[in-house]
Amino acid sequence: MSANKSSLKEAPMLEVKNLETAFDIDGTFYNAVDNVSFKVKPRQIVGVVGESGCGKSVMSLSVMQLLPKGIGKIKAGEIVFDGINLEKMTEAQINKIRGKDISMIFQEPMTSLNPVFTIGYQLEEVLFNHMKISKKEARQKSIALLKSVGISRPEKIVDEYPHQLSGGMRQRVMIAIAIACQPKLLIADEPTTALDVTVQAQILELLKSIQEVNDMSVILITHDLGVVAEMCDEVIVMYAGKIVERTDVETLFYNPKHPYTTLLLGAVPKMEQEEERLSSIQGIVPSLTNMLKVGCRFANRCPKAMPECLTTTPILAETDYGHEVACLLYETSKPREGVR
Amino acid sequence: MRPTSVHNQEAFSSQSETLLQIQNLKTYYPVKGGFFKRTVGHVKAVDNISFEIKKGETLGLVGESGCGKSTAGRTILRLLKPTEGSILFDGKDITKISGKHLREIRQDMQMVFQDPYASLNPMQMVGDIIAEPIYNFHKKSKSELKNEVMDLLEKVGLPPDAYYKYAHEFSGGQRQRIGIARALALRPKLIIADEPVSALDVSVQSQVLNLLKDLQEEFDLTFLFIAHDLSVVKHMSDRIGVMYLGNMVEISDKNSLYAEPLHPYTQALISAIPNPDPRHKKERIILTGDVPSPINPPAGCPFHPRCPMAMEECSKSKPTLKEVKPSHRVACHLY
Repeated sequence: MSANKSSLKEAPMLEVKNLETAFDIDGTFYNAVDNVSFKVKPRQIVGVVGESGCGKSVMSLSVMQLLPKGIGKIKAGEIVFDGINLEKMTEAQINKIRGKDISMIFQEPMTSLNPVFTIGYQLEEVLFNHMKISKKEARQKSIALLKSVGISRPEKIVDEYPHQLSGGMRQRVMIAIAIACQPKLLIADEPTTALDVTVQAQILELLKSIQEVNDMSVILITHDLGVVAEMCDEVIVMYAGKIVERTDVETLFYNPKHPYTTLLLGAVPKMEQEEERLSSIQGIVPSLTNMLKVGCRFANRCPKAMPECLTTTPILAETDYGHEVACLLYETSKPREGVR
Repeated sequence: MRPTSVHNQEAFSSQSETLLQIQNLKTYYPVKGGFFKRTVGHVKAVDNISFEIKKGETLGLVGESGCGKSTAGRTILRLLKPTEGSILFDGKDITKISGKHLREIRQDMQMVFQDPYASLNPMQMVGDIIAEPIYNFHKKSKSELKNEVMDLLEKVGLPPDAYYKYAHEFSGGQRQRIGIARALALRPKLIIADEPVSALDVSVQSQVLNLLKDLQEEFDLTFLFIAHDLSVVKHMSDRIGVMYLGNMVEISDKNSLYAEPLHPYTQALISAIPNPDPRHKKERIILTGDVPSPINPPAGCPFHPRCPMAMEECSKSKPTLKEVKPSHRVACHLY
């Protein structure tokens, strides 16, 4: 839907080029995100899926420049947001952008709000940081924001504390804080995972309508393929720190190419069909310290693995128009002489 | 044998006996307050539910968090004391038994817990974790015990060397397998699985679901399967009960429930599940508001403040479960 709105020539809102983010484990840096490149166009919702531990959240924290200091660092690559290089910025510069032009919603609405401040205080804090605004205006704006995220009695709720609200309400407050300065890019990291289905439906509906009204780009990180199908224009599938497939949402569900994507789709119980057994993926995501240096990282769990999968690293390359896959089953992923 | 089709199942259930029968079960938690910590109210976690489970069957319990499904499961195991009502297990009334008799009956009913990280003792070897229930009830030599545990490990798909390891050395899915092996150790008749896969990734979740189905067939198990994920419950269950605020609002065999949900809450719940198919965007029924507090449940039908079809009657009298279609009961004034 919104993919059609953004023309092909439009500059991307976010471009991540060859990003490598590493974490320090006992003195050695291991890449949690390894050579990841993608673009997010204006007004596009891009989904990022994969099992836990595959680097989805680390990737988004890298974009936000929120990696834990001293433990995680961006080793290589570029993050270009709206024409500006984020990874070269100082803390003061990034503070002006973060929360204003890029903001983030976290998974746990329980732990990401400060329990000792009122909802109003936490909303106004963002407004004061990024806007020249009087106290009275800030309060009015907070009430208006709470109203826009579907909170009834916003005049009361501004003076309440997080513990007085339900999980769904807290997530609405988080969304209100995130959109307070009308960001151009919103990163939502598992925004509905901690919520019940009926509340999840409310929050997804809300996110979609805000995205349309504010003309935002959204990166939606989730492990729920149902959410992806409902919300996203494009999907990135990650495995063990690498992108294994990237395409539009319809192609992903109807013509997945990477064996990992196929297995992931098959593992979800379907409402419409009756099936005795679900497809499952043997084994687990390798931990950071024992990922294969060469070859495909999915090879040891892949039902279609060939001997060369252990020796050759597949390249993420376009097989069809707009459909990128990193798997040696496809000619395009095989490394050519002289090309990295 | 496990019934496969609906047809089979009906024939099956009419012959087979009931393993568990719950009648008007209520579990209230007292709310203490004031200077002397007097009881000032009750959380009506389970408020008058009745159902039965046949031998070899899987009954799924679904509902949002706080609807009382876990409390119901724990009360049936007698980990909690029921406030009112009766629990008949295998023909025996276990509502009020205690001490030796309760210990006896616990051999036949076991639980698989939600959080595989919190439900295994980190200081115990996996072999000991699984052997403990057997050791508790049967006099067996060390080698017999070990053989039995090894057997169980194999049954749940864990390598034999898991015996000497500790829980932290395993992934979430493997830990859940350990939990399942422990539940199986005494060859129980009933297993209550409380959200056994909600902490797991989809790829691992499907492994555990497949395992549970295989074990049910092999050991002729009866399951009470508690979960909030409707597609998982549908995959596992023969019949499904939908709970809302401590009440059973609808109970039916699964195909009838998904093909034609009768209660407005069930309809909303089913329509709220995101469909993993981008070409089929369906009409959603979006409920407004949150689940009310079970301390002060609304008068009349517990769902009426959020119900899109609420009538005047709904705020006055509480509907009871009525059989609307064969093996499909619903508690709603619309019917």
